[in-house]
Amino acid sequence: MTYQFDFSSLWAYWPEFLQGAWLTLQLSAVSTVLGFVLGTLCAIGRADGPPWVKFLVASYVEVIRNTPLLVQVFIVYFGIATLGIKVSANAAAVIALVVNVGAYTCEIVRAGLESVHKSQLEAADCLGLSKPQIYWHVIIRPAIERVYPALTSQYVLLMLASSITSQISAEELTAVANRIQSDTFRSFETYIVVGIIYLALSFVVRIGLWLFGLAVFVRKRKLGTAL
Amino acid sequence: MSAVVKLSNVYKSFGTNKVLDGVSFEVGRGEVAAVIGQSGSGKSTALRCINALETIDGGTIDVCGHAVHDEKLDRRSLRRDVGIVFQSYNLFPHLTAEQNIMLAPSCVKKVSKAEARDLAKDVLARVGLAEKAGHYPEQLSGGQQQRVAIARSLAMQPKLMLFDEVTSALDPQLTGEVLKVMEDLARGGMTMILVTHEMAFARKVASQVVYMHKGKVWETGPGAMLDSPRTPELASFVGSGL
Ligand SMILES: Nc1ncnc2c1ncn2[C@@H]1O[C@H](COP(=O)(O)OP(=O)(O)OP(=O)(O)O)[C@@H](O)[C@H]1O
Ligand SMILES: [Mg+2]
Repeated sequence: MTYQFDFSSLWAYWPEFLQGAWLTLQLSAVSTVLGFVLGTLCAIGRADGPPWVKFLVASYVEVIRNTPLLVQVFIVYFGIATLGIKVSANAAAVIALVVNVGAYTCEIVRAGLESVHKSQLEAADCLGLSKPQIYWHVIIRPAIERVYPALTSQYVLLMLASSITSQISAEELTAVANRIQSDTFRSFETYIVVGIIYLALSFVVRIGLWLFGLAVFVRKRKLGTAL
Repeated sequence: MSAVVKLSNVYKSFGTNKVLDGVSFEVGRGEVAAVIGQSGSGKSTALRCINALETIDGGTIDVCGHAVHDEKLDRRSLRRDVGIVFQSYNLFPHLTAEQNIMLAPSCVKKVSKAEARDLAKDVLARVGLAEKAGHYPEQLSGGQQQRVAIARSLAMQPKLMLFDEVTSALDPQLTGEVLKVMEDLARGGMTMILVTHEMAFARKVASQVVYMHKGKVWETGPGAMLDSPRTPELASFVGSGL
């Protein structure tokens, strides 16, 4: 069997590929930021909240971690529609991704929070810091620094997993590819191109998060050691 | 001399373990009290009760005008008056020495960054570490870390300093540099309560030695009491060279 590769017919579509890649990056960036906030709040709630909050968070995390992302995306998409609220496919995609990555973030951050020794809290308490101040300065910051590599991997995964939202026709990279391959009948080539673009995006996301880490974690930048 | 700290008949149990069994002593302004005793005799617990890290079951504790035993105690205002240093330093690992020190003045007293930095410089100089301001805890020796921890407490300008075996984790040379800082503090008129195993230091610096045994104040007096114990327990404790 010989297959004649033909990438030439895809050339015309580069603006669309670019558009799709850009949307994928945007979806991922927004979901990462919101998912991080949601996950961190959940981790705090699970570590330090009243029993009903702990239960709620634990249930949320287990449900998300034990169901497929695709199903979650559909449930969010059709669920919102059923409630009679009009949101775009992109917005539904962001909501689903945030809900998903929030659960994973929660578990990662929780491990970080637990790594902060009780004696640190006691010292801060004895210095007169309030509970929110202790959380911010003494717990969350070193906790995030410690789990930052794990979070980075998680957010790269999120970017890749966002391809699933093509199923509700969010106009991200994979959806664009689906359309292009049905226009050109060059499926193999199309997905090779898309694969390469995803590879490049992963690289971009990693570099971005790495630079962000360097900017935020001054100690790490100066000493190069893990906390 | 007005009492800065006064414990009267303090009781504290953990479950069925009676740890403080009617402890009373007082420490006046500018006094240095050294609390000594066997492991498990309740020294750390007594110190922690003074700083409201533990709640007591009976008796009263007055610290700088705060009724520590009172349920309505304002813990944060108590902590503005009391500094405490632990055996394990407990510096914040992600912050430099200077940032460790600046944190509480900025957060609690709301002083400006510039003021907090000046304050940090000042207290670091007092513990002989002016040139280490930008170092992270992991870049400092144990003795240096402990001195930064002391400086961090001093930056809050407490009226009373508590020290719980602050040199126990250090080798003799590093112990010396930390003890020197504490001696300077004592000479500067700071009211201090220190739990220590350093008998020579207690004898030299303390204006009052409190020997605890089985949750009670077994014997108390000036440093010289270590040379002529009245109770066989203190005699054997001192004799054992602890
Ligand atoms: N949080 C706690 N929960 C239960 N028991 C405790 C707690 N803290 C202390 N204890 C017990 O109280 C007793 C006295 O402890 P404490 O730490 O006050 O002794 P110490 O005199 O400081 O001893 P050391 O010289 O070893 O530090 C011990 O039997 C200890 O096991
Ligand atoms: Mg102790």
